[in-house]
Amino acid sequence: MSLLRVDDLAVEYRGAKVVRAVDGVSLSIDAGEVVALVGESGCGKSSLARAVVGMETPSEGSVQYRGRPVPTLGVRQRSNDFTSIQMVFQDPNSSLNPRIRVGAQISEGIAAARRRGMEATRPEEWLERVGLPATVVNRYPHSFSGGQRQRIAIARALAARPDLLVADEPISALDASSQAAVAEMMRKLALESGAGLLFISHDLAVVRLIADRTLVMYRGRVVESGATDAVWNESRHPYTRSLVAAIPEPDGKGNLPAAPTVAERAAWFDIVPEALDRV
Amino acid sequence: MRRLRLRIPKHWVSPLGVIGAAIALAWVVIAFTAPLYLPHDPLAQGLPRLQAPGIDTLMGTDALGRDVFSRLLSGARVTVPVALLLVAVSMLFGTIVGAVSGFFGKWVDEGLMRLTDLVMAFPTVILAMVVAASLGPSLWNAAIAAIIVSWPQYARMTRSLVLSLRTQNYVIAGRLLGYSPAKSLISDIAPNIVGPILVLATLDIGTAILLLSGLSFLGLGAQPPTAEWGSMISASLQNFDSWWIGVFPGLAILTVVMAFNFIGDSLRDIFDPTSALSKTGVSS
Repeated sequence: MSLLRVDDLAVEYRGAKVVRAVDGVSLSIDAGEVVALVGESGCGKSSLARAVVGMETPSEGSVQYRGRPVPTLGVRQRSNDFTSIQMVFQDPNSSLNPRIRVGAQISEGIAAARRRGMEATRPEEWLERVGLPATVVNRYPHSFSGGQRQRIAIARALAARPDLLVADEPISALDASSQAAVAEMMRKLALESGAGLLFISHDLAVVRLIADRTLVMYRGRVVESGATDAVWNESRHPYTRSLVAAIPEPDGKGNLPAAPTVAERAAWFDIVPEALDRV
Repeated sequence: MRRLRLRIPKHWVSPLGVIGAAIALAWVVIAFTAPLYLPHDPLAQGLPRLQAPGIDTLMGTDALGRDVFSRLLSGARVTVPVALLLVAVSMLFGTIVGAVSGFFGKWVDEGLMRLTDLVMAFPTVILAMVVAASLGPSLWNAAIAAIIVSWPQYARMTRSLVLSLRTQNYVIAGRLLGYSPAKSLISDIAPNIVGPILVLATLDIGTAILLLSGLSFLGLGAQPPTAEWGSMISASLQNFDSWWIGVFPGLAILTVVMAFNFIGDSLRDIFDPTSALSKTGVSS
């Protein structure tokens, strides 16, 4: 049984017009597996992540964690069965409560793990594990940089000893120098504890580095999926090809890829069956 | 990014705020210590009637031969503490209602917000008069009327703050860690709404004093012979030529209301990260 199983999921936002952000996506994640979700802004990857942790109610399909549907995060307190799903958010500035010392916030993660019968850990250990000195435990979030805050948010999520960690663009707000390092660290720490990691990003270079499997989303649907190597090296879907082509090459010439033509864009909507479930 | 930490030494505190705080503090001190140094008994009618301000009676005497100065000082004992108390009660009640409404949403929110609509649909003073009149004229009933008309603004503000905070990532992170609704409200939401609510309450103290004095002026609040500023002004209407009977209580109301408004304004500048003060980089 997969750790996480998403079947034919649709997420809709109701307004004057119904927006179907996620339009029939299926995926599964096993323990100890890093699955990346890539795609342009607005393609529905964040909506998918929100539905996975229960911040959105699926309008169709289901999200099952260990064979049980993930409850929507409503008024009711989340039960211990589901506190092993943790999330790292895109914006490190709003991820931490500005009024509470970082050590105390990490301790809340530890407390969640303790309620599931895990052994006690100390917040200092987690700070060190994410590459921060243990001495900062009594500081408030405002005295850290964005990258450091993100590390603290990751420490809090990991302190809860998650079996499934959902990271919604955790590195896009970080400076270039720490992006790869934080991504590598997340992979290492998640896998050490045997957790599954759903890593959402539009940084293709980083995804290539850390993901076992990659899903490419376009306009709410998965257009290409499978082993990361296969998806990147022999892309079968025109959208994936254009994404890969858009990765800037450090050749010193400063050439930018040509903007896609209308005909090329139209082809991105196609479903190419051989692009799915690549091995 | 919101940083609501107060570091007074680094802060440029507005002069108006300091003046306001000084005046308000003076009135609060007077309210608590007045009996120690009143020159005359505020209720005794032994002095010559309608005497102009002089050495013995600093602010003259009223139509019943009572010392206006003594009545003014002891009037602070009535209006100021009652106003502070009623603002505290209405803030507490409104904040709880607003927090529950914003946090639980759905029909709870719908019900509570329609209740605030109901109260806010009437002009404040008229509604307060109706409530005070139907409860019967007394200072405490006037205070209850003032609470009834003023709690919805706290509920509204708290609700909107809770609604915006509820979707903050750290609040969601807490819920994912299994925080109960109460814990989420107390540790993640409450600390971030205290500032704006406190500002609103400070500004509301002035309004509450005006409303209390207004109701007393209309005979719906403090009853004779209680020395209350509103009813003192009301009594002066019968002796309009003796200006001192009404002018001094009027000045008392003016100074205390202005003082609390100055405090509220400068608190708002301190708490509000988008106000002109912080834009110049002076605060936080």
